[in-house]
Amino acid sequence: MLLELTGLSKRFGPVEVLSDVDLAIDAGEVCALVGDNGAGKSTLVKCVAGIHGIDGGAITVDGEARHITGPRDAAALGIEVVYQDLALCDNLDVVENLFLGREKMRGMMLDDDAMEQLAAETLSSLAVRTIRNLRQPVASLSGGQRQTVAIAKAVLWNSRLVILDEPTAALGVAQTRQVLELIRRLADQGLAVLYISHNLNDVFAVADRIAALYLGRMAAVLDAADATQSQVVELITSGRSGTLGLGADTNGART
Amino acid sequence: MSTTAQANDAETRPGAGTEPGAVRAVADHVRGYWAEVRSGEVGALPAVAGIIALCVFFGISQPVFLSVGNLANLFGQGAAVACIAMGLVFVLVIGEIDLSAGFASGVCAAIMAVILTDWGMPWPLAIAAAIATGVVIGLLLGTLVVKLGIPSFVVTLAAFLAFQGIVLMILEEGSNITIHNETVKAVAGGNLERWQGWTLLVLTIAAYAALQLNRWRRRVARSLVHEPLAVVVARVASLGALLTATVFLLNLERSANPQIISLTGVPVVIVLLGVLFAVWTFVLHRTRFGRHLYAVGGNREAAVRAGVNVDRVRIAAFVICSGMAAIGGIVAASRAASVDPNTGGSNVLLLSVGAAVIGGASLFGGKGTVRAALLGGAVVAIINNGMGLMGLSAGVRFGVTGAVLLLAAGVDAMSRGRGKLFGRH
Ligand SMILES: Nc1ncnc2c1ncn2[C@@H]1O[C@H](COP(=O)(O)OP(=O)(O)OP(=O)(O)O)[C@@H](O)[C@H]1O
Ligand SMILES: [Mg+2]
Repeated sequence: MLLELTGLSKRFGPVEVLSDVDLAIDAGEVCALVGDNGAGKSTLVKCVAGIHGIDGGAITVDGEARHITGPRDAAALGIEVVYQDLALCDNLDVVENLFLGREKMRGMMLDDDAMEQLAAETLSSLAVRTIRNLRQPVASLSGGQRQTVAIAKAVLWNSRLVILDEPTAALGVAQTRQVLELIRRLADQGLAVLYISHNLNDVFAVADRIAALYLGRMAAVLDAADATQSQVVELITSGRSGTLGLGADTNGART
Repeated sequence: MSTTAQANDAETRPGAGTEPGAVRAVADHVRGYWAEVRSGEVGALPAVAGIIALCVFFGISQPVFLSVGNLANLFGQGAAVACIAMGLVFVLVIGEIDLSAGFASGVCAAIMAVILTDWGMPWPLAIAAAIATGVVIGLLLGTLVVKLGIPSFVVTLAAFLAFQGIVLMILEEGSNITIHNETVKAVAGGNLERWQGWTLLVLTIAAYAALQLNRWRRRVARSLVHEPLAVVVARVASLGALLTATVFLLNLERSANPQIISLTGVPVVIVLLGVLFAVWTFVLHRTRFGRHLYAVGGNREAAVRAGVNVDRVRIAAFVICSGMAAIGGIVAASRAASVDPNTGGSNVLLLSVGAAVIGGASLFGGKGTVRAALLGGAVVAIINNGMGLMGLSAGVRFGVTGAVLLLAAGVDAMSRGRGKLFGRH
């Protein structure tokens, strides 16, 4: 397993936002994380990304328990997060955004040509054909193109796990499909992908497995091939579906 | 600066360089540039157009405007404002403002004058002290804005008042200090020998050509999208021609009474502006720090997430701004051969902000170049010089400069809106 969360807990003051969450993600698969608003999805992501410390449980990468205390730690382990908003600088061009914070240098000078070449190679390895001019300011890109840049930024660094928090929430139908195809390609190239979405059609379109959070607890992790949309909806809204999900004894016990 | 994909094809196809391919490549390049302009990336265009229009207008109404003597004069008149404007670009790029830059230059100039004239210390010490004062001022302003989170508008407005008071205190209630040191006076008043001017010209053009061709060659070698060679050559040639003409004119005799005193050569202040321009352009466009300045101005949150040390970058911008204000103050003191309570006061700040914005820096942050400050500075200097020659009162000049600033800010706001409107999906 590339990433394994065992018994993960996170409290904000007295509120337990994540309690005893287990989740495992392997290389080459897309794992979707679903759950209602406030279920704790973004919090889980931030724990893995090192933005929040954890209050209990363990994060294991490649079978080794790790303390992730900041975004740099996460990046060093090959974990990259694509946030839905605020990820790009509108006034910088595509290449400048891709390398922001990790610029390639030649002595004390920026090596813009090397960065541009690497950017072109990365985009073509992801079969991205929608962005033709790499020197175009990001402000002039469409929403889907921007999201593509954000995702490419995450995979540029030999990352092994890419986490996408609602990457398609603001996109139209065609652009959503572009991004979903890109997500699928990432997994096919051997990366692990954790994909957060509220749209179950999108989830079923790309996910290999579906993990449903309910009020900070992991209700169930299903194989997408065996699951139905109505099952997942029940897990999201009530934490259980038939024999699946949180037992009656624990269900609703949370204050 | 980008070319279209077709331009690239035409240039890299075997046998390119034969006329039809090359011509089409250039035509595509021009079309690409025009498309950028129309999408709101107006860049230096308004400032250049303004300079040409103003020169035509003043040249016709006041023929003396186009005399070599007045050309040399223009540089001296505009240099202090241009220095301050170059520094302001850094603060504008990160989306802040420094309203105290004018009086900061006054404080630094006053300190230099005291050390030089009252204490009789050597000039390098006086100049170093002035620049160090600027740096400390910048650190102070930057720290207040960044660490305490007070809006830069408020911090620098307070500093604007305080520095005005400090100048008065240093100058002991309004007396003025004369500067006798010849070296310091030469900063704004001196001229190069003719041969020095020519040598510098050759070196400058050679360096520029080498940089441009080298860059072009590297991009071709990596088979990246590149401009047609003809465009690179044309750019080097036109800049070279412009500089050659300038040096030629400035090397002519421009004294009213050549028998009594001869006046020739490139003003030293042009060299100073050129060096500052080259240094800061390098910093802004070729270093990691420069890239991070734009990132902070474009989207601070994204810069934070990308691991940029945003606080340090922002403070550094204020330090550069005040440091450049110090240099502007030195130039102003050198030109006037004295420092008085009005040094750096009056309209200096507004002209400097105006210069940066007219040149294309954005008050909304994220946008601006050092070149913009120089071009905008030229517009401002020409307006003041030309209207002075026309005998217009200071009141009219203030009014017109204010109107031009408003116009430039309007173009800024509109091009921003246009970029949003047509650029975004
Ligand atoms: N920094 C914080 N301090 C205190 N409480 C927080 C903090 N961040 C999140 N929470 C709380 O944790 C709970 C889970 O929030 P989280 O953002 O993880 O939900 P989510 O599943 O991502 O929801 P959504 O689908 O709306 O994005 C919410 O009740 C939220 O109020
Ligand atoms: Mg969320």
